Amino acid sequence: MNFITYVKRWLTTTSHQDIGTLYLWLSGFLFFFAGVMALFIRTELFSPGMKLMQPDFYNQLVTFHGLIMIFGVIMPAFAGLANWQIPLMIGAHDMAFPRLNNWSFWLLPFGFLLMLSTLFMSGSAPNFGWTMYAPLSTTYGPPSTDFLIFSIHILGISSILAGINIIVTIINMRAKAITWKKLPIFVWSWLITAFLLLGVMPVLAGTVTMMLFDRHFGTSFFNAAGGGDPLLYQHLFWFFGHPEVYILILPAFGVISEVVPTFSRKALFGRTAMIYAIACIAILSYIVWVHHMFTSGVPLTAQLIFMYSTMLIAVPTGIKVFNWVATMFQGAISFETPMLFAIGFIFMFTIGGFSGLMLSIVPADFQYQDTYFVVAHFHYVLIPGSLFALFAAIYYWIPRWTGNRYSEKLGRWHFWLSTIGFNVTFFPMHFLGLMGMPRRISDYGLAFTGWNQVATVGAFLFAVAQMIFLINVIKTIRGGKKAPTPVWPGAKGLEWKT
Amino acid sequence: MESLQFNMTPGVSPISVDIYHLHMAIFWICVVIGVIVFGVLIYALIYHRQSRKHKPVPFHSNNIIEWLWAIIPFLILVVMAIPATLVLMRMDDEAKSELNIKIIGHQWKWEYDYPEQGIKFFSNLSTPQEEIKGKKAKNKWYLLEVDKPLVIPIQKKIRFLVTSNDVIHSWWVPAFGVKRDAIPGYIHEAWVRVEKPGVYRGQCAELCGMHHAYMPIVVVAKTQIDFDKWVAEQTGATLAEKKQTPKILSKEELMALGKTTYESTCAVCHKSDGTGMPPAFPPLKNGKITTGPIESHIQIVLNGKTGTAMQAFKNQLSNEQIAAVITYERNSWGNNAGIVEPENIEKVKSNNG
Repeated sequence: MNFITYVKRWLTTTSHQDIGTLYLWLSGFLFFFAGVMALFIRTELFSPGMKLMQPDFYNQLVTFHGLIMIFGVIMPAFAGLANWQIPLMIGAHDMAFPRLNNWSFWLLPFGFLLMLSTLFMSGSAPNFGWTMYAPLSTTYGPPSTDFLIFSIHILGISSILAGINIIVTIINMRAKAITWKKLPIFVWSWLITAFLLLGVMPVLAGTVTMMLFDRHFGTSFFNAAGGGDPLLYQHLFWFFGHPEVYILILPAFGVISEVVPTFSRKALFGRTAMIYAIACIAILSYIVWVHHMFTSGVPLTAQLIFMYSTMLIAVPTGIKVFNWVATMFQGAISFETPMLFAIGFIFMFTIGGFSGLMLSIVPADFQYQDTYFVVAHFHYVLIPGSLFALFAAIYYWIPRWTGNRYSEKLGRWHFWLSTIGFNVTFFPMHFLGLMGMPRRISDYGLAFTGWNQVATVGAFLFAVAQMIFLINVIKTIRGGKKAPTPVWPGAKGLEWKT
Repeated sequence: MESLQFNMTPGVSPISVDIYHLHMAIFWICVVIGVIVFGVLIYALIYHRQSRKHKPVPFHSNNIIEWLWAIIPFLILVVMAIPATLVLMRMDDEAKSELNIKIIGHQWKWEYDYPEQGIKFFSNLSTPQEEIKGKKAKNKWYLLEVDKPLVIPIQKKIRFLVTSNDVIHSWWVPAFGVKRDAIPGYIHEAWVRVEKPGVYRGQCAELCGMHHAYMPIVVVAKTQIDFDKWVAEQTGATLAEKKQTPKILSKEELMALGKTTYESTCAVCHKSDGTGMPPAFPPLKNGKITTGPIESHIQIVLNGKTGTAMQAFKNQLSNEQIAAVITYERNSWGNNAGIVEPENIEKVKSNNG
């Protein structure tokens, strides 16, 4: 009887705090799941030769590692933060649509069940990468691809509903004192992100529906033999895909802009410029998508226009980094775990930004495109970028959520092992790419062996660090020291006053 | 662990050298910006910390500085964009090419076609399965070697016309600075001018399915004289092949040739033991076609099956090879369904027209 009431409580909850917790647990579970996939990939790549698995299974791992980390880890985790923090930070008692909120969460576990069920289907799970390029995913895709398409529909509905809920909450539910001028920057970053979600998730849904039609209903959107165009798929996908990568990073910018001032004991430098910078990046994100396709034969004019627009993103991104540094400059910095992750973010996200700038130079991109240089680049912006910001946010706010203090010692171990493990894994991938190793290959020539071995060792180190994180979180929820008041003497936000 | 390489090599074409310099220029710009930003950050982390009893100075905006660090990066970008644009325009200029080569991507091999010379051949991975599966020591060019490399003359502007027969591939030779996606339904151009003779290697750069890792590119650049010699040899060989009257082979000969052909061409999908990977790659062991009528078996090997990975092999394999591989498939793994001679293949081919 007890079990049923327990399940019912979590199934039917409309509290933003409960739903935030659910999002975070789902994300945490999938993080370890897709992380183990990454370890299988790195183990296979430890040395040349076919060892652990068949190439087809390797491709499935590559596909699911990407899909789950993006749609199942980073996005739900930031949605969890939004659910927990936005009402607290704007003085609202809950989200604007609590029941819709419940539904947008509960769609996710079923969406992922559908997606992961393909791993057990005959004739291979989807094996064409998270980018699902046609015709590899249409004419040549395994039968299970249809289930992936439907699961993406479900995840898309969930994201759109969450986006609407967040926008309405921020616009309508603010306490009187929270004017636009005083709106916390984390909330600003989510407001802009939610508009990106509304802008591009329908495009993705439309694109995968076109895939479905090509596969089963005789259309030829992406089939050259029927008069269609395989490149159209790439244009549509990246029109979604580039704003999507900013959906993964803009809330991270918001988190860092909350954490850095708190532990520098100084107000955020250039707050207005920071908000404009986020908005600029969001707008630019809609007009840079062809930089994912420079080698696909798009005309010179298009290459030039998209090279310039891509380079332009460096300006607002630079402003953000400079302003964080200026916030810390002349502050009184202390190094609690959230701040460690925020500092790690600033260093390593900037390195990812530099490789992004290099990638924007089209002639050079011809050598970088589809190599490990790109793999290094996007892991530098996604791991110390999005993921470190999530760690910072969880350590920063978990005392507010649980009333308990996390272990600072474990937090430090988590940070340093993650940082070392991450760099040992991904820095050598820059070299591999420049040496000429293509990405997404299940086996490689002998010259690439050395750096691949280094990378594999780093990956396991990084994995160990995440076990420490899990232990720390569980210990904090179960008990631990009571958090003092105020939790963070430098924190100014409304969330600490309610 | 052999030598660990850190950087791109300048390559052997004017464009690849230009790309290398652009790459180094943007790299050093990033290094300089990085040193400044990280320098200030590290300074603050050392001197402006609470444990040093540093008192925070409560400034939080400065219009001049904020405009400066928006405008200066913008100007750096403009400076960087100019040479990038010029190189890109040169890369795009395919005019005045002296030799055309059509490159066609297939799952999982490249086809090279010299329309003016009348030469056409497939280039397959030549690394043996035993090396891939770790049963034999790997040779130096493991996974980067092919049976028939692309041959080009040096110091000539060569235009590549790149397309694909099935999914999207990408033809990439780092030393040339050429990477061009091979897309079905499109023919996209790229060009190269190789300065010195040598062997240059690359790989397919776009995920193209199961054996994406197994379709390398090897290009042999020769002097014009050597290239002309090669062309003469090739065209001679093609003519000789056409004139030959079909041989009669014994079952043992067919089975032996069939086994090697099967291992290099068919085994990646249908497996060495003929079990395949259903439903995409049907089993040949006790299979419907391999134990059914001979005629339909020959037809599917010659013409493939559209919409699947099963390719048409009529132009990839000789009549002897096709006869041998069909015989091998019909008499292995417990199958026992008759032998096929090269003349049977010739007969079906001429009936097809």
